[in-house]
Amino acid sequence: MRRRKLAWGGADLVVLAWVAFPVWWIVALSFKDPSTITDGSFWPTKWTLQNYEGIFKTSQFLLALRNSIGIAVISTVVAVVFASLAAYAIARLRFPGKKVLIGVSLLIAMFPQISLVTPLFNIERVIGLFNTWGGLIIPYIAFGLPFAIYTLAAFFREIPWELEKAAKVDGATPMQAFVRVVAPLAAPGVATSAILVFVVTWNEFLLAISLTSTTASRTVPAALAFFTGASQFQNPIGSIAAAAVIITIPIVFFVLFFQRRIIAGLTSGAVKG
Amino acid sequence: MSTITLDHVTKRFPDGAVAVNDLSLDIGDSEFCILVGPSGCGKSTTLNMIAGLEDISDGELRIDGQVVNDKAPKDRDIAMVFQTYALYPHMTVRENMAFALKLAKVPREVINQKVEEAARILDLVPHLDRKPANLSGGQRQRVAMGRAIVRNPKAFLMDEPLSNLDAKLRVQMRTEVSRLQRRLGTTTVYVTHDQTEAMTLGDRVAVLRGGFLQQFGTPKELYENPANLFVAGFIGSPAMNFMAASLEDNHLRSPLGEVPLSDRLRRALEAANVERQVIMGIRPEHFEDAALVASQPERAGVFFSATIDVVESMGSDVYVYFSLEGARANAAELEELARESGSAELSSAAETVVARLDAATAVREGEQARLWFDPAKVQVFDPRSGRNLCLAV
Ligand SMILES: Nc1ncnc2c1ncn2[C@@H]1O[C@H](COP(=O)(O)OP(=O)(O)O)[C@@H](O)[C@H]1O
Ligand SMILES: [Mg+2]
Repeated sequence: MRRRKLAWGGADLVVLAWVAFPVWWIVALSFKDPSTITDGSFWPTKWTLQNYEGIFKTSQFLLALRNSIGIAVISTVVAVVFASLAAYAIARLRFPGKKVLIGVSLLIAMFPQISLVTPLFNIERVIGLFNTWGGLIIPYIAFGLPFAIYTLAAFFREIPWELEKAAKVDGATPMQAFVRVVAPLAAPGVATSAILVFVVTWNEFLLAISLTSTTASRTVPAALAFFTGASQFQNPIGSIAAAAVIITIPIVFFVLFFQRRIIAGLTSGAVKG
Repeated sequence: MSTITLDHVTKRFPDGAVAVNDLSLDIGDSEFCILVGPSGCGKSTTLNMIAGLEDISDGELRIDGQVVNDKAPKDRDIAMVFQTYALYPHMTVRENMAFALKLAKVPREVINQKVEEAARILDLVPHLDRKPANLSGGQRQRVAMGRAIVRNPKAFLMDEPLSNLDAKLRVQMRTEVSRLQRRLGTTTVYVTHDQTEAMTLGDRVAVLRGGFLQQFGTPKELYENPANLFVAGFIGSPAMNFMAASLEDNHLRSPLGEVPLSDRLRRALEAANVERQVIMGIRPEHFEDAALVASQPERAGVFFSATIDVVESMGSDVYVYFSLEGARANAAELEELARESGSAELSSAAETVVARLDAATAVREGEQARLWFDPAKVQVFDPRSGRNLCLAV
């Protein structure tokens, strides 16, 4: 018994170290003084907040952060709202073309994005979407929808059909049944898919670098590539590391905050069980 | 306080399956009506049509004389108890029971009062603020009932509400449901596949088979005068015994000997103008140990001998089993019933007969016994249509 525990604990430690190493490396880098940034040491020898102060002094990072937040939030909200409707239909209704819909959304999820970069670039330039928020939000919604539909459909399927019937017999309109019974039970699913879409959008680099050209719409992952550091002549690695740490914070926050809700699931006890 | 009328109601699903076929039922005010039949016979579909959860393909559904075919469930003022209970898992017991009243915009004090009253009736007071997940099966079942009764609706619809409980609790709740229904006097349509539940609970019982109504009547009518082989075999436990028999001039030649026909039966059979081959049915309790009947010479009847295979003593009664070689009755209905009960030993030509004897009997396993039965209780069926020929007057 104890030996099994030890073995598990050891395995956990290995996995944890493996995963945490790059994260720690970036964090360490972000606190290193520019003069020691290339020393390759695991622990900063000269601690400094200079890198963080630096990125907030110029507008470059702040503008990118604003773009990132705006674009990710809008894409997520729109994708999750539409995905909820689609997923509900997929889980609950029989309609012609259902299989096709599922197939197409699967296809989109699998599609190699790199092959779309050039066509998207040309289309967006022609219709004036290039280097705008819309130019990123639209493809992000398109790529976020399949993920969201999949996770949400799985959650909706878990909600017993009879709960809705019960609500209807209890006097609810279809809308009331959805809002008061289905939606609260699907909340963990909505949160899960929202986080998924948000994380993917927030981290997206390929389209962000290809479809933007100025700080008007450049998101943080793309902007990092254009960082110059606190001064023109400084090595920007410290600043990039600091910015990377900052944009990781919301992701960590989301996961920690919603983890319990996501895992718990709310439907237990609905049926005889 | 309502009547429910199904007038030639048919349900055709989009895939072409006809789940309910031309069903007509007239359910009276305060009546406890049971829909019973093997699984897949259309009971739930019928109930869902009454609730408004399924569209009616053909025919009319009237509640209190008003056609409600096109009314949404919420406008029918009907409460339903589901087999899985369908409690709202994110709401407490109190909120579950109050949900319908809240939607109906009933004032808060009235809601509280009604919920507390229902909780008292159903013994749920200590659990009002708990979530369904933390309740036992029996408690969940009572919450589902509570959700129905707080509304004081026109009718209760219950779809196998007790089938998820263990045997003991089921019997207990059965009595509870019956008492509740009498007390509230609410018209109730209750679906079950269990004939015991049907017989004990129902004012009237509708037997369905493959979407068709077989018979609608009081439990006593169904038991004593089943309309056909299916009802005869479905109602009663242990089931009625069936055996092949042939019609002679004024008696029935059966594997149990010659059965004299009463005048009534002879007239009925003449009127029905049937062929000679028929199926004879006799219930287990209409047999008796010949030794015990001999002391009562006024009880005329048929005596026969059989080798007893099994004796089961129940204390108050004794069930004995014996087989009759080559007496197997063949009919589609009987095959379906055998499949339903899982006793599909179709290859054997022997028919096992069950007889219920008085506890004083001395018959023993493996020995020849002399038995008696009452010919007046014998039912005769047409093997092709399954019709009960005794009723064809
Ligand atoms: N949505 C549906 N589409 C097609 N056929 C259905 C549907 N629902 C039920 N059926 C069929 O209708 C018949 C009756 O079903 P049901 O009323 O649920 O039976 P019961 O409740 O008596 O067991 C069954 O044969 C079933 O397969
Ligand atoms: Mg059913």
